[in-house]
Amino acid sequence: MNKTVNQKAWFLVLPVLILVGFSAVIPLMTVVNYSVQDTFGNNVFFWAGLDWFRDMLESERMWNALGRQLVFSGIILAIEVPLGIFVALNMPKKGFWASFCLVLMSLPLLIPWNVVGTIWQIFGRVDIGLLGYVLAKLGVNYNYTQNVIDAWATVIVMDVWHWTSLVALLAYAGLQSIPDAYYQAAKIDQASRWKVFRFIELPKMAGVLMIAILLRFMDSFMIYTEPFVVTGGGPGNATTFLSIDLVKMALGQFDLGPAAAFSLMYFLVILLISWVFYTVMTNLDKRDGV
Amino acid sequence: MAKITLDNLAHSYLKHPQSDDDWALKELNHDWVDGEAYALLGSSGCGKSTLLNIISGLLRPSRGRILFDGRDVTDAPTAERNIAQVFQFPVVYDTMSVGENLAFPLKNRGADPKYIAERVNAIAAMIGMEEQLKRKARGLTADAKQKISLGRGMVREDVNALLFDEPLTVIDPHMKWELRTQLKQLHHDFGHTMIYVTHDQTEALTFADKVVVMYDGRVVQIGTPQELFERPAHTFVGFFIGSPGMNLFDAQVSGTTATVQGVSVPLGDSYAPVAGQVQIGVRPEFVRLHAGGEGLPARITRVEDVGRHKIVRLDVGGTAANAILDEGTPVPAGADRVSFDADAINVYADDWRVAPQNLQGRAA
Repeated sequence: MNKTVNQKAWFLVLPVLILVGFSAVIPLMTVVNYSVQDTFGNNVFFWAGLDWFRDMLESERMWNALGRQLVFSGIILAIEVPLGIFVALNMPKKGFWASFCLVLMSLPLLIPWNVVGTIWQIFGRVDIGLLGYVLAKLGVNYNYTQNVIDAWATVIVMDVWHWTSLVALLAYAGLQSIPDAYYQAAKIDQASRWKVFRFIELPKMAGVLMIAILLRFMDSFMIYTEPFVVTGGGPGNATTFLSIDLVKMALGQFDLGPAAAFSLMYFLVILLISWVFYTVMTNLDKRDGV
Repeated sequence: MAKITLDNLAHSYLKHPQSDDDWALKELNHDWVDGEAYALLGSSGCGKSTLLNIISGLLRPSRGRILFDGRDVTDAPTAERNIAQVFQFPVVYDTMSVGENLAFPLKNRGADPKYIAERVNAIAAMIGMEEQLKRKARGLTADAKQKISLGRGMVREDVNALLFDEPLTVIDPHMKWELRTQLKQLHHDFGHTMIYVTHDQTEALTFADKVVVMYDGRVVQIGTPQELFERPAHTFVGFFIGSPGMNLFDAQVSGTTATVQGVSVPLGDSYAPVAGQVQIGVRPEFVRLHAGGEGLPARITRVEDVGRHKIVRLDVGGTAANAILDEGTPVPAGADRVSFDADAINVYADDWRVAPQNLQGRAA
């Protein structure tokens, strides 16, 4: 069979190229540009080579922020994924209550980040917030503006409240795609509830769960607005995650060079972890097939 | 192994069934004799799968009871009934190997590992998958998966009954024959009660000792393949079984003669006067074609040669009918009349077969 060769077809790709160029490549390149230069203001720039990258790699501040970030992402994944699966397993399969639960579950996802932050900021206040006030009345010494543990707990609970729905909805979609015959066969085979989960539900959810974990990892690794609104990164630097630190550096201190180097490394770390995760998961998938 | 009794059983998927149509399964009394192979035959949506799921306990009947060897199990869960069931679409546990899949029902019941290994090997040999026991079940073809499902259904020896819900739908035709033969062999060897749901008459007739024909939520006839062929109890059975199905003609019947379109047709037996919508049914195998002479005027519309025999499509005074001729027999030149073998004619009133008089006399 002869294939028609028509190089003009490349023009069809052009709109996408232009769009991606202006929305991603060019902004990224300006960051690259800043990361290798130094300035003393007046829009005068000097070549700095890889100095900023070296500085940043040696900066304790950045390593601390990265450490906090990894702990945060780890904790929220460890809570949200099992909790999301648990919620999905217990949601009604059909009828009015299924729709009701779906709407209820989607509500937190529809609230803008800074509103979520504000809600929890007020909710946790000891003087007027429902949560803070009740805890104080119960004699719990809770204060997220001064106590590190309280601040972390507040930020984590907030994230769990905001995003567990996403995991639950994805897991629910995975569960809904399992034909009834599987459950019936499991009954006939006398499989226990745990075995039904382990051998039917979990394998069928694996695909969507992988997406859920990837999304939640990337999103939590880049978290900025909610903790910034609630704790502002404090007390001290206790909840200063990578993005918060980056903004402090770039806009607060106007250290454009280090901040640009910082962002690029940040970007590479996310890319790397996501890639490793994706590769490992898809390989696990393939290995099963052989 | 057990005798399964259905006692006034009926089922509706609606909470408050009103009319007759609301019942997916109309009231039914039947004994499934221990150790027999049954086929449940009927078109889609006639209640076959509903009945099967009630027997296996996946569905609770709205009315009536179900008994295993006289013990009421209407409310007993599936596990307690000790039944194996194979579904229309393959159900395999993807993350397990083929061998683990086959061992699963035994393992869950805490069987001895040595016994499990023995059974798994025996079943693997039966479904021809010994080579693949170690392979993961994910990524296998649909018919390989269905063979695993079948194997999982047959791995337990002590089951009360084996239920099959159209298990060969997804399997290649040549493999179908093989598996069906193996199922029959298995039945022969172990004598399990087997109920096999299908809408394929060939499958039903080759598999079963007794065929249960269902129509519109009702069992219309239970009989051997021969009985279904010779004496269909309902016009649906006549139409559904046989290829092509039975020819039906509106008729008046009195004594040993039926009158069809003003022509007298001799019957093999004598009938008491019958009320309702009366029809005579005759299978295409017993329709004779000839030029002139006795019989109903007919016109040949088409002749189809299907290899083993010829199907002659006819127009008998406005009613479509079929006749079957042996491959060697030519269609008679100028054929314009049909007549029927008198003994092969059945009489129906409102779709149900009417028993001839002398037979009634003999039975009494």
